[in-house]
Amino acid sequence: MPIIKTENLTYTYSQGTPFEKTAVDNINIEIESGEFVGIIGHTGSGKSTLIQHLNGLLKPTSGKVYIDGQDIWESKEITKAARFKVGLVFQYPEYQIFEETVYKDIAFGPKNMGLSDDEIDKRIKETARIVGLGEDLLNKSPFELSGGQKRRVAIAGVMAMEPQVLILDEPTAGLDPKGRDRILDQIKLYHEEKKRTVLLVSHSMEDVAKYSTKILVMNKAKVFCYDEPPMVFRRAEEISQMGLAVPQITKVFNALKEKGFNIAEDVYTVDYAKRKFLQYISARKEKS
Amino acid sequence: MLKDITIGQYFPGKSFVHRLDPRFKIIITAFYITLLFSAKEMIGLFAGIVYLVAAFLVSGIPFKMMLKGLKPIVPIIIFTSILNLFFIDGIVVFRLWILKITDEGIKMSVFMVIRIICLIAGTSLLTYTTSPIALTDAIERLFSPLKKLKVPVHELAMMMTIALRFIPTLIEETDKIMSAQKARGADLETGGLMQRAKALVPILIPLFVSAFRRAEELALAMECRCYHGGEGRTRLRQLKSGWADYVSLGITLFFLDAVVAINCFF
Repeated sequence: MPIIKTENLTYTYSQGTPFEKTAVDNINIEIESGEFVGIIGHTGSGKSTLIQHLNGLLKPTSGKVYIDGQDIWESKEITKAARFKVGLVFQYPEYQIFEETVYKDIAFGPKNMGLSDDEIDKRIKETARIVGLGEDLLNKSPFELSGGQKRRVAIAGVMAMEPQVLILDEPTAGLDPKGRDRILDQIKLYHEEKKRTVLLVSHSMEDVAKYSTKILVMNKAKVFCYDEPPMVFRRAEEISQMGLAVPQITKVFNALKEKGFNIAEDVYTVDYAKRKFLQYISARKEKS
Repeated sequence: MLKDITIGQYFPGKSFVHRLDPRFKIIITAFYITLLFSAKEMIGLFAGIVYLVAAFLVSGIPFKMMLKGLKPIVPIIIFTSILNLFFIDGIVVFRLWILKITDEGIKMSVFMVIRIICLIAGTSLLTYTTSPIALTDAIERLFSPLKKLKVPVHELAMMMTIALRFIPTLIEETDKIMSAQKARGADLETGGLMQRAKALVPILIPLFVSAFRRAEELALAMECRCYHGGEGRTRLRQLKSGWADYVSLGITLFFLDAVVAINCFF
């Protein structure tokens, strides 16, 4: 059974006014438990609206959302439970920090779940380790930390709730490349250690390509495709036409193909490209 | 939910009323308010209604917008009409236990309700047809004689402009923070008064923090562009008045005179 399933999900902003706008249009997706899904799309393609439906923050104009096979709008209790099952980290999450200490801020979510103090303490220590916050930072005021550290505190605040699905909306926006890789690696670590489903919204094809087991491409409020990365990048041409940047390595290999070197069509990571390239070279050597 | 609040409810357009000089619009609105309060009889108020309807028709603001502007003051309208209905002496027409309704009371409450509606609708026409920036500009110009008395008119107007500019931003920000805390399981909708007040802490603190951060950034940006107050500052868009402004003012004064005259004769 898929952990997340949407059925004809449609959402219209400001319905009945001149400003009416359909942000997501008839979306049908099924996400299996344990996947690392990269969600990618243009600004205004409906990514953020879609993910806010998955934990019941927005109510669909029409259509259904199922978490664990349960319609999340069936009753108030189920909607509330869905908020704990699906953890959502917003864009620039450091702006939601409010407590006096890092420790207390990470504890906010687990406390709302009604967990025992011991359990909360255990979870805070564990998530602090995953996101790479030293124990000495836990008793500091979050407002003294650097931007990247604050961001990791905010992400830890949601991770500590140990949701079955963790959704992150552009967790790397505004960070330098080092900070970006660090956070993405930590998210990957969480995915592997906890075996939980992760949905990562991003602008960067590169990031999505590197970490995802599946990719969801959104275009103009609709799902363009939802598939494994090699299958998605076979359609690199269409994706670039949409205005999304495909990974640089894919571009290189497409350019090589135009020059008559058809090495592989489904290249999207450097490692894979290297392997394919070496295979190609050695095959050519054998021929000659 | 928070998006429904409209402050600085400018409704863009290109009508005659939109194009009037904002300084004149403020003066005209002041005269209109004077008109409403100098009307002592229903017939005087009727002139006020005619004037208002005409102004709305010319401005092209949909009737629905006007009703929307009245919504927040419905409690005030009900409250004043009830007060007037029961506490004015006159010939009793209806009695229930110790409550009595008199003919004067009915007359008075209808009169007050119409006056309040005209007042709000008339002043909201000003904000509907004038962008907040134009409005503060006009206020600055109208009050500029006070500079002689060392009143920091320009600075006050700048503060107003900034405040108006940031209302939508802060509303959006509040919305975002609320969603983020809800996603962390914050319960904003249930519980007693104390619990609800406590639930606001996770929203108010980030909101204040970001408001201060924005203020600091804006101050820095203004300083970088050598902003140093009003002295010697010129404008890209100069306020200009024309015949349309004088005609409108004339019409308004005519109505005001008419109402005063009506008071004398009836």
